[in-house]
Amino acid sequence: MKTSSSPFREVSLHVNGEIKPVLIKPSDTLLYILRVKLGLTGSKPGCLNGDCGACTVNVDGMAMKSCLMFAIEAPGKRIITIEGLKGTPIQHAFIKEFAFQCGYCTSGFIMNCYSLVENYPDANDELITEMLESNICRCTGYQEIENAVKSVLSSNKNLEK
Amino acid sequence: MYIIGKSVYRKEAVDKVTGEAIYTNDIQSPGMLHARMLLSPYAHARIISINTEKAWKIPGVRAILAGERFPLTGEEIRDRPPIAVDKVRYFGETVALVVADNPVQAKRASELIEVVYEPLPVVNSPTEAMQANAPLVHENIESYEKVERVNPEPNTNIANRTKIRKGNIQKGWSESDVTVEGTVSFSPSDHAAMETRCSIAEIRQDGYVVITTSSQAPFMVKKLINLYFGIDTGKVIVNTPLVGGGYGGKAAVQLEILAFLASRAVGGKKVKLFNTREEDLVTSPCHIGLDAKIKLGCTRNGYLKAAEILYLFDGGAYSDKAVDVSRAGAVDCTGPYHIENVWCDSLCIYTNHPYASPFRGFSHSELLFAFERTMDMLAQKLGLDPLELRRKNAILPGHTTPTQVRLNTSNLGNLPACIDRLKEIMKWEEGQRSIQPDGLIRAKGICCIWKTSTIDTDSSSGVILTFNPDGSVNLISGVVEIGTGTKTILAQILSERLKMPIELIHVRMKVNTQTTPEHWKTVASRGTYMAGRAVLEAAEDAVEQIKKVAACVLHGAVSDLEVAGGRVFLKDEPSTGIELKDVVYGYTYPNGNTIGGQVIGRGTYTLRRMTYLDPQTGEGRPGPEWTVGAQGVEVEFNKRDFTYKIIRAVSVIDIGKVINEKAAQGQVMGAMAMGLCFGGRESFVFDEQGRVLNAQFRTYRPLRYGENPEYVVSFVETPQIDAPYGARGVGEHGLIGMPAALGNALSIAAEVNLNQLPLIPELIWRAKKGNQHALI
Ligand code: FES
Ligand code: FES
Repeated sequence: MKTSSSPFREVSLHVNGEIKPVLIKPSDTLLYILRVKLGLTGSKPGCLNGDCGACTVNVDGMAMKSCLMFAIEAPGKRIITIEGLKGTPIQHAFIKEFAFQCGYCTSGFIMNCYSLVENYPDANDELITEMLESNICRCTGYQEIENAVKSVLSSNKNLEK
Repeated sequence: MYIIGKSVYRKEAVDKVTGEAIYTNDIQSPGMLHARMLLSPYAHARIISINTEKAWKIPGVRAILAGERFPLTGEEIRDRPPIAVDKVRYFGETVALVVADNPVQAKRASELIEVVYEPLPVVNSPTEAMQANAPLVHENIESYEKVERVNPEPNTNIANRTKIRKGNIQKGWSESDVTVEGTVSFSPSDHAAMETRCSIAEIRQDGYVVITTSSQAPFMVKKLINLYFGIDTGKVIVNTPLVGGGYGGKAAVQLEILAFLASRAVGGKKVKLFNTREEDLVTSPCHIGLDAKIKLGCTRNGYLKAAEILYLFDGGAYSDKAVDVSRAGAVDCTGPYHIENVWCDSLCIYTNHPYASPFRGFSHSELLFAFERTMDMLAQKLGLDPLELRRKNAILPGHTTPTQVRLNTSNLGNLPACIDRLKEIMKWEEGQRSIQPDGLIRAKGICCIWKTSTIDTDSSSGVILTFNPDGSVNLISGVVEIGTGTKTILAQILSERLKMPIELIHVRMKVNTQTTPEHWKTVASRGTYMAGRAVLEAAEDAVEQIKKVAACVLHGAVSDLEVAGGRVFLKDEPSTGIELKDVVYGYTYPNGNTIGGQVIGRGTYTLRRMTYLDPQTGEGRPGPEWTVGAQGVEVEFNKRDFTYKIIRAVSVIDIGKVINEKAAQGQVMGAMAMGLCFGGRESFVFDEQGRVLNAQFRTYRPLRYGENPEYVVSFVETPQIDAPYGARGVGEHGLIGMPAALGNALSIAAEVNLNQLPLIPELIWRAKKGNQHALI
């Protein structure tokens, strides 16, 4: 099906626990493939150059801005998008703390917080800020997001005790 | 209260935390074409020639629109060609539109369009625009079609002038012992909503135009497509799914027109136009700039006697909504004070800047920065506590506004109560300025706010309620869910009225102008009031219908019945009644006879007794009520390098009645954040040629996580009698005093008057050291 001159490659992406065959061009970003080819529109374009974090997903356990990663780098890596989170504590916390308004930044923020919570359940203020300052929310005052993420971190700690 | 005041979760909450929430750009369909724009690299230039030959060679290109004369557009003055012809008037203006199979092809082709320009002298500020020999942005403004009540002044750059003449300004000056004059200016900036604007248009074979768009004004899109292109309003269907933040920026109609033209050029096929961040910042309408002069006079004891005000709003290249913004700037041209003699000219000025759309607060954050800075300068001159000066002059029931509306305890909140609360929260008695052991200076600044809405006098809002067989209700309103949570508030209002669990109220989030009743525009903090009134009327209508059927079934009079808790029952004997589910689809007797049918409640609300402003004096009633408040900011200032940190920001607002505590807090906090961004860091940086140098998030920098201060929000509750449960508009009010409070705090900290925005350290340094180092 594919000829050597075709810009397309057929690859398999591991997304949200499923293997997805998909035709990609080397210049396609992961964000583009997720949204346009796989219909996973939860990850949002906000700037397309790494400034806003609305496109954040989780790649092999780490938060990653999907507009900054080529899809061609993704085969063999485990990708989780917002659609792959089902009833996680951080999602509940965002609802409970009113940590969003328009919701456009929310997928990216939740994915970033999710990686933070998974990797650093004991994160201190400094680390939280370092992680979360890469995303922009234009609606909230961030206080609500801070409450949400901290409520999950501290509940993690409580469980450990 | 049953549910009013409770922090009910947003109705669309789950969608938003699972990625299922759909915004315009998430919609795609096979065969959809894509449009991209070519933008002007000049702020003012004549277009000599356009050559599209090379662009056409890119595979996939379906249409190129350039140099063609389309109907002029614009809400009050039709001065804007959707795609530039003859000349360009701002940096980033749309010069051509390419439609192709995919966005990459469209982009490639747009880059190959060759345009020859002849640069023209640039008008780079409203003050420049007013100079006698200023270049004209529009040479023939008198030739433009316009609505009544707007008066572009021929051979000038003045798009409109609104006059306020209240009392006798000469008398005011003669009664004044002390006067002060403040001059304030700032450049345009942007809303920078996280969702960039997107529109999809299609012209169906049967002539229907279907537009899906991220807009705060889908019903306006429908009217304007009719006005500009002569398509019957009934044949224009506008869909608006969830919107990723608007803040006024999406109240202007722009991409919709381009998407329509693009679709028309390819035989009506579906075309999507999605802004990049850079386009969203400069090509689409921005946040207005202002040059202002304020002169205040007061008695020795600090009672204000006169205010003379000149507002030169930087409407940019096209007047669109800016005329209305400048008009609203005249309506509340002073701060919330009792001043008998007011003279104001509020002008909308053409410049070669990106053109303006409304910005959360609709001129109020801008004018309050000017006015409240001047109030602080006055307090300083008088040697009076700035909070005391404001308390003394606070506007009260019985006083009149600049447009001479007599205020009462319903249409005006309680400002003295807000001031007193602010004083407490800010620990005012501990002093306004102190030096910390580490040498840093702590300073507090305050300001007072007020705002009414200046919207069309016939603006209305409609609601339809339909019932489901299980007794639950669908709430359908034309309010767009832009993040304010208004539709959840409406559900609470309905839940309260029907005494029905909120879970049984299903809210339709998406707006479709064919099936959703109109809500004029989702702007001006009027959603809760207008749509809330419509909900109550629709509930009344539904309840009447339910009672009528139930009266037959229960063999009683309609007036004997009550609806609550999912039942309709006898008021005096609540155990006798029937479940709503058994009446809302009509009642069926055991023998099969049925009476009634599906209950459909309808309600509309139109603002009452609104009037136009008198062209000579400005007298008139532009809005239904004035929300008031007092705000403060505390900063920590380093006088060695002029940097500062915002420690705390406080808002005390008379909200009338809190309907959803956490949602209200969130609205106010978010608005405060945006106000601090506008005041402290955000502005377009223009070079001498009027080009915007910072159209990216790495150079145009909103606040990020961790840069935010502590927010304190406190509410006073003085009900607005004619509003649902007394609730006042509050979506914008958290923002509008922040630039002024920050300016006042930093002016005190740095001991210099800071009358420009944004308040970046460099600006403070320049103000401190004078301009002798300007070239460093
Ligand atoms: S879209 Fe990826 S960081 Fe903004
Ligand atoms: S919720 Fe709107 S940008 Fe964050």
